[in-house]
Amino acid sequence: MKHLIICVTLALSTHTLADTIIVQSTTSTQNSGLYDYLLPMAEEATGVKVNIVAVGTGQAIKNAMRCDGDVLLVHSKPDEEAFVAEGFGEKRYDLMYNDFVIIGPESDPADVASAPDVVEALQRIQQTGAKFASRGDDSGTHKKELALWREAGIDPEGGSGRWYLETGSGMGATLNTGVSLGAYILSDRATWISFANKQDATIVYEGNPALFNQYGVTPVSVDKCPTVNRQAAQAFTQWLVSVAGQSAIAAYQLNGKQLFFPNANQTKPDN
Amino acid sequence: MNALAEALRLIVTLDADLFEILWLSIRVSLIALAISAVISLPLGTWLAITRFPGRKVVILVLNALMGMPPVVVGLMVYLLLSRSGPLGWMGLLYTPTAMIIAQVVLITPIIAALSHQVIENLHQEYRDTFYSMGVTGRRAIVAYLVDARFALTTCILAGFGRAIAEVGAVIIVGGNIDHLTRVMTTAIALETSKGNLTLALALGAVLLTLSLLVNALVIGVREYAAKRQYA
Repeated sequence: MKHLIICVTLALSTHTLADTIIVQSTTSTQNSGLYDYLLPMAEEATGVKVNIVAVGTGQAIKNAMRCDGDVLLVHSKPDEEAFVAEGFGEKRYDLMYNDFVIIGPESDPADVASAPDVVEALQRIQQTGAKFASRGDDSGTHKKELALWREAGIDPEGGSGRWYLETGSGMGATLNTGVSLGAYILSDRATWISFANKQDATIVYEGNPALFNQYGVTPVSVDKCPTVNRQAAQAFTQWLVSVAGQSAIAAYQLNGKQLFFPNANQTKPDN
Repeated sequence: MNALAEALRLIVTLDADLFEILWLSIRVSLIALAISAVISLPLGTWLAITRFPGRKVVILVLNALMGMPPVVVGLMVYLLLSRSGPLGWMGLLYTPTAMIIAQVVLITPIIAALSHQVIENLHQEYRDTFYSMGVTGRRAIVAYLVDARFALTTCILAGFGRAIAEVGAVIIVGGNIDHLTRVMTTAIALETSKGNLTLALALGAVLLTLSLLVNALVIGVREYAAKRQYA
């Protein structure tokens, strides 16, 4: 019986092409339609078929550490650098950026819109007893949000289940929940722009340097994961950071708005 | 209402993406069902007609497994098929085959437990006859399965329903990869997370219609066959 099952499943398994890679990715790049736009161009240029597994940044990193991906494309720089430092990634490249925004009901009960900075904005949310919907899923956005709470000197866990609602879900699911509850939500701008169930929610706070959102791309190291398709992973990564890839990212618009701003080839003072 | 109109539009315009996803859903679930049936029907029958120490415990466990959360099955199969897992060398993670495996694990206890119940009822009636005719072992299992085939279709349909409708397992082991492992339920989850609630609901309506068609087909065949047999 076992042999039969193995035979049947083997016969049915899809051919793994030599030039196919799996990208462990954050969700915003998929939900915003970036991949639908970008991948045909990348495949055309590199001949590499790219399969996207879009999960939160935390899960994507863990999946990649189990060697279940050839490339990591996420947005939590410290974690990506740790990924490389532990030998799982060859080299991390800055890819593009946008920013986080605070979403809330139009009425803005905590008067977040007039806050001088993001720390004050969060303090107002907590003080007025307004609700805040958190990803709670160890994603890049969740990590960013926790860092902001720390900066504001607030431990939101104390209000967990009362005003601080951890959905433990993706950005879209958290937006669905938060918008329905009239809660405030930290979201990346790309997911928000492409989100179709906004109801009466809107961006109530934006434009603070603390809300910078950097995406990075890292080919998984063949030393740790011998099954990695190194050549194809490199080809895809190099295309993304090339002039062609970067201008393609810059050209992507949704509802007349640019969602991601390429910055792969900018020399940074810190590296 | 908008969702129904959208569902109709997708079907009428023969939306290529929709039919690709729909076809993969059907393919994965039907293959999982076929493999599962080959395992679970004889297993259920064997459990119904054989007596051995610990049989009650096995049946209890089988019944409990009917309530196994798909996401747990998905996680188990993921850890098994992950490149760093024991079967990682097969390279099956994020393929339709991985989804089939997960669904087989998910629905085998359901079909086995339900068919066990069906055959057990039959066994009360036939035991002495079969015994006096010397029909035992493998031959008895086949005889019971053939005799109960109409009642067993319901068990199989229950398994199919579970397979085609679940999302928790296939999204983990399949990865919801566009044009590779995206099925109806994972597409619905994705559209919901994009806030495209109308489209998500429309896909749900299409899936429900498919389920209805499959059930109608199977029940129709059963009625026809039963009528012919007893006419």
